[in-house]
Amino acid sequence: MSIHVEHVTKRFGTFTVLNDVNLQVESGELVALLGPSGCGKTTLLRILAGLERPDQGRIFLHGTEVTDQRITERRVGFVFQHYALFRHMTVADNVAFGLNVLPRAQRPSAVRIQEKVHELLRLVQLQAMADRYPSQLSGGQRQRVALARALAVEPKLLLLDEPFGALDAKVRKELRRWLRRLHDELHITGIIVTHDQEEALEVADRVVVMHQGNVEQIGTPEEVYENPATPFVYQFLGDVNVFHGRAIQERTIANLPPLPEVDSVLPAGAVDEREVTFVRPHDLELNRYRTNSEQFEATVRYILTAGSRVRVELVALESEQTIEVELTKERYRDLALREGEVVFVHPRHRQVFKIPQS
Amino acid sequence: MNSVTIIADKDVQWKESLTTESTLVRRLLISAAFLYLTLFLFIPLVAIFTEALKHGLSGYIDSFLNEDALAAIRLTLLVAAVAVPLNAVFGVAAAWAIAKFEFVGKQALITLIDMPLAVSPVISGLIYVLLFGAQGWLGPWLAEHDIKIIFALPGILLATIFVTVPFVARELIPLMQSQGREEEEAAITLGASGWQMFVRVTLPNIKWSLLYGVILCNARAMGEFGAVSVVSGHIRGLTNTMPLHVEILYNEYNAVSAFAVASLLTLLAIVTLSAKTLIERKTASATRLKSQR
Amino acid sequence: MHLLLKQPSVLPGFGLTLGFALFYFSLIVLIPLSGLFVRTSTLSWEQFWDIVTNPRAMASYQLTFGASLVGALVNGIFGSIIAWVLVRYRFSGRSLVDALVDLPFALPTAVAGITLTAIYAPNGWIGRYLEPLGIKVAFTPLGVLIALTFIGLPFVVRTVQPVLQDLDKEVEEAATMLGANRWQTFRAVIVPELWPALLTGIAMAFARAVGEYGSVIFIAGNMPLKSEITPLLIMTKLEQYDYSGATALGVVMLLVSFVLALAINLLQWWSSTRHMQQ
Repeated sequence: MSIHVEHVTKRFGTFTVLNDVNLQVESGELVALLGPSGCGKTTLLRILAGLERPDQGRIFLHGTEVTDQRITERRVGFVFQHYALFRHMTVADNVAFGLNVLPRAQRPSAVRIQEKVHELLRLVQLQAMADRYPSQLSGGQRQRVALARALAVEPKLLLLDEPFGALDAKVRKELRRWLRRLHDELHITGIIVTHDQEEALEVADRVVVMHQGNVEQIGTPEEVYENPATPFVYQFLGDVNVFHGRAIQERTIANLPPLPEVDSVLPAGAVDEREVTFVRPHDLELNRYRTNSEQFEATVRYILTAGSRVRVELVALESEQTIEVELTKERYRDLALREGEVVFVHPRHRQVFKIPQS
Repeated sequence: MNSVTIIADKDVQWKESLTTESTLVRRLLISAAFLYLTLFLFIPLVAIFTEALKHGLSGYIDSFLNEDALAAIRLTLLVAAVAVPLNAVFGVAAAWAIAKFEFVGKQALITLIDMPLAVSPVISGLIYVLLFGAQGWLGPWLAEHDIKIIFALPGILLATIFVTVPFVARELIPLMQSQGREEEEAAITLGASGWQMFVRVTLPNIKWSLLYGVILCNARAMGEFGAVSVVSGHIRGLTNTMPLHVEILYNEYNAVSAFAVASLLTLLAIVTLSAKTLIERKTASATRLKSQR
Repeated sequence: MHLLLKQPSVLPGFGLTLGFALFYFSLIVLIPLSGLFVRTSTLSWEQFWDIVTNPRAMASYQLTFGASLVGALVNGIFGSIIAWVLVRYRFSGRSLVDALVDLPFALPTAVAGITLTAIYAPNGWIGRYLEPLGIKVAFTPLGVLIALTFIGLPFVVRTVQPVLQDLDKEVEEAATMLGANRWQTFRAVIVPELWPALLTGIAMAFARAVGEYGSVIFIAGNMPLKSEITPLLIMTKLEQYDYSGATALGVVMLLVSFVLALAINLLQWWSSTRHMQQ
């Protein structure tokens, strides 16, 4: 089922939670709504579910407007962050709930419901747990029950609100791979809300990055990571070094030494415009000797060798700004760095954003 | 204008179908609640003051300005002044031992402390009559030494203390249990003496609940009727507390005076309820602040 | 005292506080209460049985327990409605109502007694409208029921209210998302959560009503065999210096109170542990 969100705005009191949001999700896609808490992603999900109503704008599911439709008419499955299982019901009764509350005419027979419950429990690998109560399950198992329960009513759209947010890191990683596989099997349109960029990039076909009620960027995981559209997206997706600067006429006096490409993107008449330059830690190159004019000097302060890559913390000599650099183990060995040494830093890749004067 | 109302209406309908009941059901439930509360709370409350003021303000005031009424008020204040501090000390001591230590028989003690609330007030009085009454165990010995307990002040005090024993303790125990012992342990390791720890760490943490427990205890001590009725002997001017005075006046068909004295006790109840609401707000905002930090 | 400690503690005052608490509580509560049982043992079993099964006593049990039970059930229904309305709806006067629910706790029983009598007497505020309909409240068993309902009012509200407040909104939304209508959600999701608290509240209201004295005696009329409650019968026997009779009935009441307190404890234990990890 495709989803079309058109100019949706939602306010709570004077606070604008969603500001003219537009979004198009194709049938069968798994899309992640990514952003920090308070960015409006959960509200957007709840509006799609019918749990909240937008102040302005319209929602279309499969080409039909559902803005004013009741929840039960939408056929949407919803998975809550804290599972929201019925704790006085067994796992099987939880999964069967959506079928048991169907009007008598549409309700499958008791035997059919039982079969269906077992099918779903097999799908989420919890056959053995059918007669347990939610309190007897681990967090990961509970969330799988919640998923099976949502799938029981055969929704055309599955909405997941931070489904792995309450789980520990290892289980979270397992479950999101499993969700990805499940999605590939069922081809159900899905939207997952998360504040974890790694989760969004790993599980989704497309990522919608949100910030303060606005959609900052929509794209494939690769697109949003490699080509962030806004400073916010750049900073939100992964570690980053930020250099503040100021463009005066045609030259930039940044904390970075003059960068030719920065100068080139500046319009000829631009005067006194502030700008920020973003460089990811692994896009900074360290050298013992000056090899070109773009390099600046910095002192090595700490070296962290634990992990697959080596992280080096430096302080720029001129600006005293702290800079983080990520090196491969080989490069680190070649350089033979020591703390306290002065080295030359050079950005391989960078992105510059103008800050409009307010 | 018209279209705005329609949108608003649609919004309301839509919301109602979602997480709450229809307007009709909602109104029915609120009406049922109000009807019940009107019958059992509002009308009685209004009735007390209406009956008390039936003969005007001067009749109302005259009801207190006689020897018997003043004696009853004095006795009631005296009883509360003895029973409440004793039970407050007991409540703090019991709560300290129960909340901060693990010991054998703790659960049994918690259950036992509530017992006076489960016992009929008549029995609370009866047990003291059996101990100290003319036919009681110690009755002959007391008569020999000319000590009067039953039908005298000591009996009234004992019965009142009995029925109000749990109030402070049951406010403090759950609170102090939930607070744990880390703060006190920190104080001790920082070199505070036991008394310093109690005054500077424990007391500030429990002060509102302690105050509420004391207020509840006081309300019950001043208002207790059944237990005191058994041991008092209803001697006017001597062993009549305010509730007993109300009974005597009422049985003498002096309804206006009975309700006048009753209205004083009602004001006490209203003050108690207001204090409860205020303290609940206070502690609620305090816990909110704590969780925000 | 320190022999009782299960684990040592750096905190001071254990011996002092527990020692004082036990001493005080024994002196005020435990020793006097046990005196009741010692006194009963001076009666032979036949004497005891005669006293507690005497027709007048039997009639008083019937009235006391019957009216207490009906009153508690009435409070079970309306108490739940009041708790629901207070938690779920916003209306003017809500916080006032919330505060006033505890009035029967705070109001001295004698005051409640004379007030209810004045209201329900044949010429009273409500009684005068019931009289022409042939309904007599004051000075009849119905009056006892009114008084016992009044004093039990806060219990159900105050046990159900916090449970309703703590109900997870997500769970109700989950039921709605799965297609349940409001009534189905209420029956299948909300009621099972409220049930233990409701039972506890009803049991507490019942236990309180069984021992109640002050608010009943004014409105009951106190006719032996008709509108005489057991606590009043004990009082009457005491006034006639029939200590044995009073003691025997007192023991019966006390045992009933213990059984009820135990039942309430079990109910609370059940409601707090039934969803715990096994």
